[in-house]
Amino acid sequence: MKRSERGPWPYLFLTPAIVLFTLFLAVPIGYTVYLAMLRTRVSGLGLGRGARREVFVGFDNFAAALADTELWSGWLRVLGYGALVLVVMLGLALLFALLLDSARVRLARFSRIAIFLPYAVPGVAATLLWGFLYLPSLSPIRDVLNVDFLDATTVTYSMANVAVWGGVGFNMLVLYTTLRAIPRDLYEAARLDGASEFQIAVRVKIPILTPAIVLTTVFSIIATIQVFTEPTTLRPLTNTISSTWSPLMKVYRDAFVTGDLYSAAATSIVIAAISLVLSFGFLRVVRNHAFREG
Amino acid sequence: MRANRLGAFLAVALTATLASCGSSEPTESPEAAQSRPASAQGPVKLTYWTWAPNMDKIVEVWNKAHPDIQVTVSKQAGGDDAAAKYLTAAKAGNPPDVVQAEYQHLPSFIAADAVADLKAETASIKGEFSEGLWGLVTLGTEAVYGIPQDSGPMMLFYRQDLFDKYGIEVPKTWQEYGEAARTVRKKDPKAYLGTFSSKDPGAFTGLAQQAGAQWWSINGESWKVNIADEPTRKVADFWGALVKEGAIDDMPYFTPEWNKALNDGKLLTWPSAVWAPGVLSSNAPKAKGKWAAAPLPQWNAGESFSGFWGGSSTAVSAKTPNKAAAAQFATWLNTDPAAIELLVKEAAIYPAATKAQSALGAAPEYFANQPDFWQQAAAVSAGARGFTFGPNVGVTYNAFKDGFDKALQDGTPFTGAVQGMQDATVADMRKSGFTIAS
Repeated sequence: MKRSERGPWPYLFLTPAIVLFTLFLAVPIGYTVYLAMLRTRVSGLGLGRGARREVFVGFDNFAAALADTELWSGWLRVLGYGALVLVVMLGLALLFALLLDSARVRLARFSRIAIFLPYAVPGVAATLLWGFLYLPSLSPIRDVLNVDFLDATTVTYSMANVAVWGGVGFNMLVLYTTLRAIPRDLYEAARLDGASEFQIAVRVKIPILTPAIVLTTVFSIIATIQVFTEPTTLRPLTNTISSTWSPLMKVYRDAFVTGDLYSAAATSIVIAAISLVLSFGFLRVVRNHAFREG
Repeated sequence: MRANRLGAFLAVALTATLASCGSSEPTESPEAAQSRPASAQGPVKLTYWTWAPNMDKIVEVWNKAHPDIQVTVSKQAGGDDAAAKYLTAAKAGNPPDVVQAEYQHLPSFIAADAVADLKAETASIKGEFSEGLWGLVTLGTEAVYGIPQDSGPMMLFYRQDLFDKYGIEVPKTWQEYGEAARTVRKKDPKAYLGTFSSKDPGAFTGLAQQAGAQWWSINGESWKVNIADEPTRKVADFWGALVKEGAIDDMPYFTPEWNKALNDGKLLTWPSAVWAPGVLSSNAPKAKGKWAAAPLPQWNAGESFSGFWGGSSTAVSAKTPNKAAAAQFATWLNTDPAAIELLVKEAAIYPAATKAQSALGAAPEYFANQPDFWQQAAAVSAGARGFTFGPNVGVTYNAFKDGFDKALQDGTPFTGAVQGMQDATVADMRKSGFTIAS
């Protein structure tokens, strides 16, 4: 078909997507950028009508966000937390996926559901549930293990634990589904060549899984950067989590606790930029490795 | 952590936007009705945000008696979140017509131009409230930004049975409180006399008020911020020393952990406000009838001062097209004898109206062993001193939480955290351009 014969149809089919994208992505992002360049200015007491107005300050808010040491400490905390979560969660997800896929496993259906189930529990509920297990006088496990789950050093592990508990199932399912799609005769061939189950897993399955692993890693990096639910929900239970523990918590605090929407907008754009760099950076690093065939 | 959180968020945002698109019609209709001639007007419809329990039952009584002004209650989560939500709604242009506003948040609402001046509508009821409470809704200016609803004078709540068992007298001074704390540790190493909560700036504010603090004041056209004043540092030092010594605990209030300690008799006192019976009865049901109330310990023997923790007013949105109707409802709610009786009975609040305070009868059920509970409360209330709150209490309270969290964690003096509150508050006000007198 020649270009001119296509008529308006492609555009018509694209319209819903374009409208949704504009309404819920482009416009909010544009508005955030606009807000990030403003600041309130009050005069005198700042009370009553007309005492408060918005002024344009250009990139001042961005400069302030970048210079904020608390924000960078937040990044450091999230980096440590993220390293922990990524390694443990994806490691477990891969392990479970391989175990479930191996021919000899029993109760596969039950295990699959049992591992996936925590993912169905909303983040806040999951964190509260674990919070109860962490609290000294309520916890059935604390006395047995004799650890304080909520002190300054352990609290990161405790939060990571909640994230891993909730996230393993989803990632396992992505990997497992990919595994199921691999033609069985590949294994057959490997077995004829004398490979053990372990060798099949390492030499055959994992290489084929690589794109899926990259996908789950990128998802997890983005989710880790946006960690908010776990620390926010645990915060009232302990005095070891500050209101700016993670970058996104600082955005929430600025916008809704201290009433500075403009700083919050600027900080959220900085966060978006950093997640973009991190996730695309990761993709770049692994691209050749993961998508060799493409 | 959820990998598809972005997707979930978009879905929520989508449904929320669609839902609000769908419902925008009815909320706009009073506005439309307003512009039509009076004869064509249907009943005025008002929305009311509140977190007090059973407020819908009280509003039902109003709705029956006032077919021309129909109020719909929207139940909110209380505390600082409620204030944040209201400010956000006001900024987004769709606030409720009437809102329950805690005294410490009212200045932020005023500064954001989110509440209406009710001076004309409230001229006749000014005399029904004490000067102190009236000052909290005027900030000492000519305008009136809300109608006082309830107040929270602080008292000392204690486990009468355990005090008897351990032979502890009810402390009359804070010094005696400290000694009692040490005695408790000796008698039962698992129990504490009390705990210092780094999560409840409101409680600390009340204790500072009792000591005579004046964190903010207005002087002509400028603010004076004095959070790290001598009385506040005295209060901070006192609690800091007790925590460091191990004489009192440092677990936050309102956690499951805290509930359990109250229930099991592992925490023997709670310096709280007059609304404490409601909290205790729901959070520590097992200890019913074992608690009693007394005036707060004093800094100097023989004094009878207290401070305020919480308390709220009914404010009217600056954006409402039905200001007169909203003011009429707010006035009824807080001054009509029948309404106040309902507020006390159904919403378990300590009314702000002076006459109503002395008319309170039977003690709360949880304190059935203390028939003079309300008389005690009235006596405490008479000696309670508050102060004007500033326009950025959110910043101050956030600095309290972060600062005291850190002080507890690192074992550093509490006065450092107090100085942090002062510095954060002043820095935020300077950033916005408030005139500050030093």
